[in-house]
Amino acid sequence: MRIYLDNSATTAVAPEVIDAMLPYFSEEIGNAQSVHSFGQRAKAAVERARRQVADLINSSATEVVFVSGGTEADNLAVHGVAEAHRDHGRHIITTKIEHPAVLSTCESLEQAGFRVTYLPVSGRGRVSVDDVRAAIGSDTILVSVMHANNETGTIQPIEELADVVATARERGASHLHFHTDAVQSVGKVAVDVKRLRVDLLSLSGHKIHGPKGVGALYVRKGVRLSKLMLGGHHERDRRAGTENVPGIVGLGCAAELARLQLGERQERMGELRDYLERQIAADVSDVRVNGDAENRVPNVANLSFDGVDGESLLIALDLKGIAVSTGSACASGSLEPSHVLQAMALTREQIRGSLRFSLSAYTTREEIDCAVAAVAETVNRLREMIPTDELSASNLALS
Amino acid sequence: MYTTQVADHIAHPRNVGELESPSGVGDVTNEVCLDRIKLTIRVDGSRLTDAKVKAQGCPPTIAVASVLTELIIDRPLEEVESLTREEVVRSLGRLPAAKMHCASLGIDALRAAIGDLQQ
Repeated sequence: MRIYLDNSATTAVAPEVIDAMLPYFSEEIGNAQSVHSFGQRAKAAVERARRQVADLINSSATEVVFVSGGTEADNLAVHGVAEAHRDHGRHIITTKIEHPAVLSTCESLEQAGFRVTYLPVSGRGRVSVDDVRAAIGSDTILVSVMHANNETGTIQPIEELADVVATARERGASHLHFHTDAVQSVGKVAVDVKRLRVDLLSLSGHKIHGPKGVGALYVRKGVRLSKLMLGGHHERDRRAGTENVPGIVGLGCAAELARLQLGERQERMGELRDYLERQIAADVSDVRVNGDAENRVPNVANLSFDGVDGESLLIALDLKGIAVSTGSACASGSLEPSHVLQAMALTREQIRGSLRFSLSAYTTREEIDCAVAAVAETVNRLREMIPTDELSASNLALS
Repeated sequence: MYTTQVADHIAHPRNVGELESPSGVGDVTNEVCLDRIKLTIRVDGSRLTDAKVKAQGCPPTIAVASVLTELIIDRPLEEVESLTREEVVRSLGRLPAAKMHCASLGIDALRAAIGDLQQ
């Protein structure tokens, strides 16, 4: 029995997506830049996918840049704005809970002379709109705040932040840009660039039942960006490199499925996630939900189990065929506590005992029932192993 | 990241519990990671005849606690006294470098329990 509840790390590719991609491996093999008909057909497929992604986020097709994934999209957004606008300002605002792709790019820019403000978050993992407003200065060129956090699923107040950015621009911050990493929100909640009023938005294929190795960056018309990938004029001269045609076709198909099925997926996942939390609470004592239960994506449950080591719980569940994660996928193997949970001021014990369950549109109730039973059995078993503080009476007798 | 032996001890930890009227108790905590192992042993004459263990912490700590009991039960005390960290690790296959301290914690618990005997 294998139950996969780590969909925030990656998802299975949908069967429709595989079908859509297949012809582009052996039949429609053209390089989309080639002039001959092989190439032109590949190019048409890329442009079709571009429209599918654009439709998902309500942008124009020309505003969609295909990249190799969420990480590259984040790198391109942050680095791209910083380099293109460095003569107008060197200040960037972000949060402490961003994905490492944003944080590492910011750190690298700090080495290059930029100033970065890493804003704190509340105990529920939300950034304060007032903090952002207060942090914006005359030399701020970028605000980057993720739409939904990968570890807790907490949704940030992007629309309110867009208001703050708009006001700042009216008051003279003409080179201020607003980026959101929507890798964990796309396909889970409505993501509309016109409503969010962002300048840049990152998304990733393998989080929405598309293939790994492909993603997109929405770049609002008129936004100037410095290129990261050099060596060609692909993607309207924004990102060089032969197009990953099968991957892009897959992303397009996944985007279309996400758009058409959004309502249904949201409802299903939300119901099952809430059911998971209720059932675990019924069978296991001393469990805490981390994050903002009212403002989060419908498929994530980040729970802390008192007294139990999350890693031990994870390994034990893995042996029962159940896949979950502790911290984030990027941090696995690094043995470092989650920077997100730390920023939320969870205690060391709470962070240590935390597990992230992340469902998909394909998760079934049976799988949840199985997982709950396994979690209950394992937590209770590990808790039984906790040493007591009693000294044995005979200890004294022998001495 | 972890061997099948470690995984097996997590799934089926051996000799979990606390002996009634133990001959010695070793209860040690790693102050840095807060992992804890409490080992209770029974010694009859010059032989360690029984042991039970309780543990709290990361997977290697649980696995070390469990395999430790297997390595010491029904052994001459002399042998048990010279058990090394390396032998514990070997019985688990191997441990990541960053988790070697878990094996040390196991040896510390054993030494503490033996030290408790001589009280």
